[in-house]
Amino acid sequence: MSAGSYFEVSDMSLHYGAKCAFESVVMSVPRGEVTALIGPSGCGKTSFLNCLNRLIDLAPGARVTGSVRAGGLDLYAPTTDLLALRRRIGMLFQKPNPFPLSIRRNLELPLREHGIRDKRRLEETVEHALRDVGLWEEVKDRLDRPALQLSGGQKQRLCLARALVLEPEALLMDEPCSALDPLASAVVEDLIKRLRGRYTLLVVTHHLAQARRLADHVGLFWMLEGRGKLIEWGPAGQIFEAPREALTAEYVRGRQG
Amino acid sequence: MIDATTAFPPARGSSGERLATAAVWSSALLVVGVSVWMLGGLFWQGAGRINWAFLTTEPANAGRSGGIAPMLASTVLVLGVALAVSVPLGLGAAVLLAEFTDSGSVFGRLVRRSLDVLAGVPSVVFALFGNALFCQYLGLGYSILAGGLTLACMVLPVLIRATEEGFRAVPEDYRRAAAALGMSRTGTLWHVLLPAAAPGLAVGLVLGIGRVLGETAALLFTSGYVDRMPESLLDSGRTLSVHIYDLSMNVTGGDANACATAVVLVVLLLVVNAAAGWIARHWMRGKRISE
Repeated sequence: MSAGSYFEVSDMSLHYGAKCAFESVVMSVPRGEVTALIGPSGCGKTSFLNCLNRLIDLAPGARVTGSVRAGGLDLYAPTTDLLALRRRIGMLFQKPNPFPLSIRRNLELPLREHGIRDKRRLEETVEHALRDVGLWEEVKDRLDRPALQLSGGQKQRLCLARALVLEPEALLMDEPCSALDPLASAVVEDLIKRLRGRYTLLVVTHHLAQARRLADHVGLFWMLEGRGKLIEWGPAGQIFEAPREALTAEYVRGRQG
Repeated sequence: MIDATTAFPPARGSSGERLATAAVWSSALLVVGVSVWMLGGLFWQGAGRINWAFLTTEPANAGRSGGIAPMLASTVLVLGVALAVSVPLGLGAAVLLAEFTDSGSVFGRLVRRSLDVLAGVPSVVFALFGNALFCQYLGLGYSILAGGLTLACMVLPVLIRATEEGFRAVPEDYRRAAAALGMSRTGTLWHVLLPAAAPGLAVGLVLGIGRVLGETAALLFTSGYVDRMPESLLDSGRTLSVHIYDLSMNVTGGDANACATAVVLVVLLLVVNAAAGWIARHWMRGKRISE
C-alpha cells in the first residue's frame, strides 16, 4: 500500500444477481491526482465508480465482494456511516442533474442536510463554491432563479459546485463532459485540471484525447469473456507510451475498441 | 389506352370521409352541448334565487324556502374532516408505495390491488361500512365526524394512487444526486421528492375533493340529514348534495331551491379546486421549484 494513495481497491468484484459486471479489480488511486478510467462502453467503468461511494447500494441485486479503503476507511465495513462517507467522496454524473430548485437552494440543501444552518456561513460557502467553478459572475444576480433554466454546461458546473460545498476529499466523475457541447466541455475540463492537487479525482471517460490531456494516472477496463476486467493501470506516461499489455497498446493507438 | 376511371376503383373516400368527419364533430359538439345545457339550465333556474340571505339563513318549510347556511357549514366541516384524515394517511401510504417498496414486490402489488378494488367499491357499500363501523361500533352516531371519516376511506384510494404516480414521475436522477450528496432519505423525501411530486398530490386532492362534495349515499347513512346548523363534529349535518337529493326527491315544490343549491355546490367545487391548485403552486414556489 503506497502512502500516497487515497483509494486502495483489492480484489473487488461486482455481481448483479448472477451476472458479473467486473471482477478482481486491484488498483490504488493516488491522492490529489487525476486518474482516468478508459475503455469501451459496458465494461464496468461506471459500475466500478459507483462502488467507490457505495451508490451501487441503490441498484437492486448488486453484490460487492473484496475490499476498498478510502483515506484509510473501509468502505464496506458494516459500521461505515454511509451519509458521512458520501459527503467525503463527491460525485459528478454524466447528465447534469441539478435539483428542480433555485440555484442557491441547490447548493444550500446539502449543507443544511449536513448540519450547517448559519446564514452567513451558508452564503459564504455558496459564493465560494460558485467562484470555484467560475459560475459566480454568471449567476450572482439570479441565485433565486430555477437552476433548470441554466445551460447544459452551467448546470454541470453547478453540480460540481454542489459537490464542492461539502468539502469532499475525492470526486468521482462519470463522463462529466460527454453530455456537453465542445465549448462547455472544454470549460469543465479546465476546471478538472484546476481541482488537481486539492482533491483526488477519478474520471471515467470514453475520450482518449481527454484522458491524455487530463490524467496523471490511467486505468484501462476491458470486457473479457463477458466480465469487466482492469487490464492495466499506471502512470499516464506508461499507459500511453510504453504499455505492458498488448491490449492497452492496441487501444491507445486506436486499433481496438 | 387505359381509361383512368376504370384503372382504379372510384375514389370512395369523399362520402365516407365526410361521414366520419361529421360523426367526430357531432360527438364533440354533443359533449359540449350536454355540459352547456346542464350548467346553463342549472344557472338559469337557480342563479336568480341566490343572494346573501340564501347563503346565510336556515331553511324553512322543509327547504322550500329559506336558505342553506347549515348545509354549507356541514359540507365544509365534512370536507375538512375527510381531508384532515385522508391527506396525511394518503401521503404516507404513497411514499411507502413509491419510495420504500419495489414496484414488483408482493407487498406492493397487494396494496395496489387492494386500492384498486377499494376505488371501485360503490359508495353505498362504503355507506354501510361507515355506518356499521363509525356510527354504531365506535358510537359516533349520525355525525359529521362519522361522515367525514367514511368519506376519508372513500377518497384514500384515489388520493394514494395519484400521489404515488406523482412520486414515480420524479426522475431517478434526483434520487441519485441526493444520495451521492449524502442526503438522508427523509431529507431527500422532504426537500427534493415532495416538491417535485406536488403536482400528483394536487391531482389527487382535486379528485378527492370532487368525490367528497358530490357524495350523497355514503352521507345519508353516516352524517344523516338533519338540517340544523351543526354545533360540533358530533352533530348530525346535512351536506349540500344530500340537501339537493332531499329537495328534489322528497319535497314537492323544492325543485327551485334544489337548483339554487346545486349552483352553490358547483361554484364551491370550482372555488375549492382553484384553491387547492393555488396552494400546491404557492407551496412549490415556497420550495423554490421551477417550471
